[in-house]
Amino acid sequence: MGVQTWTFIIVGLTFLLYIAVAIWARAGSTKEFYVAGGGVHPIANGMATAADWMSAASFISMAGLISFMGFDGAQYLMGWTGGYVLLALLLAPYLRKFGKFTVPDFIGERYYSDTARLVAVVCAIFVSFTYVVGQMKGVGIAFSRFLEVDFTTGIIIGVGIVFFYAVLGGMKGITYTQVAQYCVLIFAYLVPAIFISIQMVGNPIPQLGFGGNLEEGVPLLAKLDMLHTDLGFKEYTSANKPTIDLFFITAALMLGTAGLPHVIVRFFTVPKVRDARQSAGWALVFIALLYTTAPAIAAFARTNMINTVSNQSYAELPSWFNNWEKTGLLQFEDKNGDGTVQYYNDQNQEYVRAVAVKNGWKGNELVVDRDIMVLANPEIAKLPAWVIALVVAGGLAAALSTAAGLLLVIATSISHDLFKKIIRPDISERGELMAARVAIAVAVLVAGYFGVNPPGFVAQVVAWAFGLAAASFFPAILLGIFDKRTNLQGAISGMIVGLVFTASYIFYFKYGGGTPDQYLFNISPEGIGTLGMLLNFTVTFVVSRLTPAPPSSVQDLVESIRIPRGAGQASAH
Amino acid sequence: MTDQDQKMQAYWRENIRYLTILLSIWFLVSYGCGILFADVLNQIQIGGFKLGFWFAQQGAIYVFVVLIFVYVSLMNRLDKKYDVDEK
Repeated sequence: MGVQTWTFIIVGLTFLLYIAVAIWARAGSTKEFYVAGGGVHPIANGMATAADWMSAASFISMAGLISFMGFDGAQYLMGWTGGYVLLALLLAPYLRKFGKFTVPDFIGERYYSDTARLVAVVCAIFVSFTYVVGQMKGVGIAFSRFLEVDFTTGIIIGVGIVFFYAVLGGMKGITYTQVAQYCVLIFAYLVPAIFISIQMVGNPIPQLGFGGNLEEGVPLLAKLDMLHTDLGFKEYTSANKPTIDLFFITAALMLGTAGLPHVIVRFFTVPKVRDARQSAGWALVFIALLYTTAPAIAAFARTNMINTVSNQSYAELPSWFNNWEKTGLLQFEDKNGDGTVQYYNDQNQEYVRAVAVKNGWKGNELVVDRDIMVLANPEIAKLPAWVIALVVAGGLAAALSTAAGLLLVIATSISHDLFKKIIRPDISERGELMAARVAIAVAVLVAGYFGVNPPGFVAQVVAWAFGLAAASFFPAILLGIFDKRTNLQGAISGMIVGLVFTASYIFYFKYGGGTPDQYLFNISPEGIGTLGMLLNFTVTFVVSRLTPAPPSSVQDLVESIRIPRGAGQASAH
Repeated sequence: MTDQDQKMQAYWRENIRYLTILLSIWFLVSYGCGILFADVLNQIQIGGFKLGFWFAQQGAIYVFVVLIFVYVSLMNRLDKKYDVDEK
């Protein structure tokens, strides 16, 4: 059977599974709709959180990115896992004890202001929305490339599936489908990695395998370092970026993770404070399984790719090379007309003078899109067709699970935080549930529309969402729990300073003509959120001390969320 | 200030102490071993890995997982000690 038949079978089976789970886990109340009734087991919640967290980008792009960045890829690996330590230790248990449905709920009550709530709602919707459009695009690409339907049809199928289980089941349906999706995506990620690890270093555990020896007796990473220096690149295992930049980017990603509304809301779904702490731990276990495999895949793929193509005759390259060339994601241009692929770092002037010119090379001839590393990896390693089909199903599971989680945050923000809390406080339980279903239905359709016609700013904005979340939400929530003296004036001015500073820095360097030599302390826009966060902290702290203390009822609230006993279930009142 | 208030303050202080210790380790393995001292640690070779590289792409993540579960068990004990655990 060919790859396409296998893909239809495996993707079809997984979709049937998701629909079956969704019908089994319908939501009957707003509590089930928003927080799955607050009764999800910590391990199940950990899996669901992991699936929610790992997007199409984690699944498809991350290993490829690392494989081109080498050591510097650690910024994603540590940045997107380390935030869970902050969540587990500093936020999740207290927000669970607080016991409401959403992050704007917390901000609104802790800072005793509907304006603060409104600001939080707008931020939550903005961040979630830019994110979700990216996922829809991922779904469209996966469908169009492997099932040979066009991009738009791909998105419509994806939207239809999410629509079905999100509208029907709310958080409850989403949580249990995400458990299923996690299983599919991790299986799909590990199978090819294990195969390749056995092939290259004879070790079935990729995490250990990429520290193993190749057949010729040299450690894989030492060989890779050598291949890199031979082609004029920096060693794979040493840092390329300035240390301070690496530091700030990693911190921005960590703090941003801990401030993202769709991640935080997961900890409202477990029964107890104790479970919230534990659940963050399980989430990280399930995330770490993929995140420790990714750098192994990156190193294997990089070695494989260089060995297969570098200085090889174009006519003798394997068939996967031509297949990917057709998609335009792999481009070969024979600049010096010798019929051989020269892949090297033509930005390295010293290397160009010493090696390239002497050999008659006229520039790097191969351009590889980083996204194909995970998708093409099974083909490069000559794995069977069903493994390739599995990877497609895994990518779809990753995109759908993240999209559903984000859409729920958007719907909750609209029906609960805006409609119930601000516009019509007297709405009935059934009315609110209806409003939530309508809101999520509209959100799915709008996201689908923008997936087909993506506005230009989306792709860039997703990357900055972390910095902005770090610079705005994180200090307001953290100080709200750990500093009783923090008041409305402090929190608002801190958020504004953090947000404006970070956004304008990013804007200046991306659209305002700023050049890298003007970077403040060598920090690139990706890492500036960390500095924005520090500013926010300082401003919040100082302004809070210069203005009156918050009312005693709020101080009592802070006292009570610090103590686990009496958590009860998440409720609206 | 009542006895109960004092007890809660003591609970909170112990909690903060745990947080300080655990987050120092968190900082040390990720920003320390994985970034600031990675070049130095890269001089040390363990198996096929350079140590700084291993911390940055593997080790830090394992330590993160362990830290959370250590925190969970410390806090469960602390909650019982101060009688604030959930029944």
